[in-house]
Amino acid sequence: MSNLLWLIRRVLQALLVILAMSVIVFIGLHLVGNPVDVLISQDSTLQEREELIRRLGLDQPLWRQYLRFLASALQGDLGTSFVYNVPAVSLILQRLPATLELAFAALLLAICIGVPAGLIAGLKPRSTLGKLITTGSILGFSLPTFWVGLLFIMIFSVSLGWLPASGRGETRSFLGAEWSFMTIDGLRHMILPAINLSLFKVSMVTRLTRSGVREVISQDYVKFARAKGLSPMRIIRKHVLRNTMIPLVTVLGLEFGSTIAFAVVTESIFAWPGAGKLILDSIYVLDRPVVVAYLLVVAALFVTINLVVDILYRLLDPRVQIGGAAS
Amino acid sequence: MTDLSETPGAIPDPAELRPAGNPAWDRFLAFFRSPLAVIGLLLALAFVVAAIFAPWLAAQNPYDMTAIDIMDARLAPGSQNFDGTITYVFGTDGQGRDLYSAILYGLRTSLVVGVGSAVLAGMIGIVLGLIAAYAGGLTDTVIMRVVDLLMALPSILVALLILAMFGRGVTNVVLTLVFMEWAYYARTARGQALVESERDYVEAARGLGLGSARILLRHILPNCLPPLIVIGTLQIARAITLEATLSFLGLGVPVTQPSLGLLVSNGYQYMLSGDYWISFAPGMALLLAIVSINLIADRLREVLDPRAVL
Repeated sequence: MSNLLWLIRRVLQALLVILAMSVIVFIGLHLVGNPVDVLISQDSTLQEREELIRRLGLDQPLWRQYLRFLASALQGDLGTSFVYNVPAVSLILQRLPATLELAFAALLLAICIGVPAGLIAGLKPRSTLGKLITTGSILGFSLPTFWVGLLFIMIFSVSLGWLPASGRGETRSFLGAEWSFMTIDGLRHMILPAINLSLFKVSMVTRLTRSGVREVISQDYVKFARAKGLSPMRIIRKHVLRNTMIPLVTVLGLEFGSTIAFAVVTESIFAWPGAGKLILDSIYVLDRPVVVAYLLVVAALFVTINLVVDILYRLLDPRVQIGGAAS
Repeated sequence: MTDLSETPGAIPDPAELRPAGNPAWDRFLAFFRSPLAVIGLLLALAFVVAAIFAPWLAAQNPYDMTAIDIMDARLAPGSQNFDGTITYVFGTDGQGRDLYSAILYGLRTSLVVGVGSAVLAGMIGIVLGLIAAYAGGLTDTVIMRVVDLLMALPSILVALLILAMFGRGVTNVVLTLVFMEWAYYARTARGQALVESERDYVEAARGLGLGSARILLRHILPNCLPPLIVIGTLQIARAITLEATLSFLGLGVPVTQPSLGLLVSNGYQYMLSGDYWISFAPGMALLLAIVSINLIADRLREVLDPRAVL
């Protein structure tokens, strides 16, 4: 019963966050100029103007306008792009797979590099390699993503000519969307942006694994396992890794959302045609419906991921009690 | 690093790490026992000095259009201007700007944005965190829900929204950062204050009949500071990175003002034709500035807040 109550409360909380985001975005919408100026030509009459204001509902009080905005948003209508002249939501959804596969590749890289590195640094903190990894992770935290991206292009595309620097390459259709990871050419295009996007995450995973390992190996059950004479490899696999993974998976799940948001930078450098590139271009040309749609879609995605992670965390770790799940 | 931390995996208890004597002074000394942290500190100090004294250290005012010469555009590092009065140590950019001078001026923006936003956000966050801890009830719930909301949203998303709404500018970038970052201080300040308020010395202060404002500010706050200092240092690095990133994307500082992110962005178009230095030098300066601050923050965390996870 308490589980059900917790779930209901958690879902309500998630809905509240999305609602709050929609209020912020809506108010933001009203602060940036007057939409009438964008939609109407300079030499229209005063009457035409007032007609349009009435038709858009701009003569209504703000709360009524918000409800109107919310009602159409719930029906999946967040306006039509001024530039592309298609519904903003479908434009975002069409670009989202490119961003998702990039973010996923970056996360995968972060795990494949970060977990072994963190394991070494946690098990042998005094060794040269361990110290090197710990110091290196500070460097990884500090690298400005956009600058490293430029260096990558400079070195691997311009000087060495090994890898392409822009675009998605050849894509293949799967589940109704286009994917780059299914073709060799697409994968080659993905390497540089994926590494670029993963740099920060690699450092984070390394440090999380390291501190997790250091905490776990001082626990009694690890000492006991060692006293029992289990082989070090077995202790690492069965006890250390398994107990380090629970908090790590939680943090990674939560980070997936911010990886999608931060893809804005990587996508703009490598001309990766994802949602991040789209939002930047839309901000430059003041294509407001697309900006609004992006912010709401990403916020909803983000909140959903958080919710799923919270539920999984509760299922995986029986120690977590009501209200104990990290938000 | 004492012998206690030699045992692999032992998370040292801060109370055991601290020998007898003045604990604040001992922590201060402990900071300097890490050579990397000392290098970081020296580097950071050098950057601060360079930023403050930029007008005297620079070869020219790179943002005064009368001082720069378009004829000197895209000169390689080590070139001189036509009458030999200026040596372009790091070369010049596409407008003939001395990159060394431009970097010094860019560092000023980084310093203002980094320190300004960290201090402002710190003050707001600490005050709200203490209020939440002290008042409890509905006030606490409302403040902490807002904190949760802000911490749940990716910083760059919020920054894009705010800057798209209010436009570019150093002030807007600082306000954006303050808006997002106060939450981190508030959460830590509240948590620390709740722990500290259970301690005996607070009970004693109450017994003496001291006012609650005095207890909060003079007794509880000083004991909450160590983790807040660590957060503040990390926030400075985060703020500097975010400003540079936003300026690189064309959403931060206007093009007429100095910014390391803008310098990198301007050099981008020349990079492909081989003039690598225009982007390289400002990026390197940015990297070194951020590394130095993170090295300090890392050591501060070991010394002040050994149980922190990251």
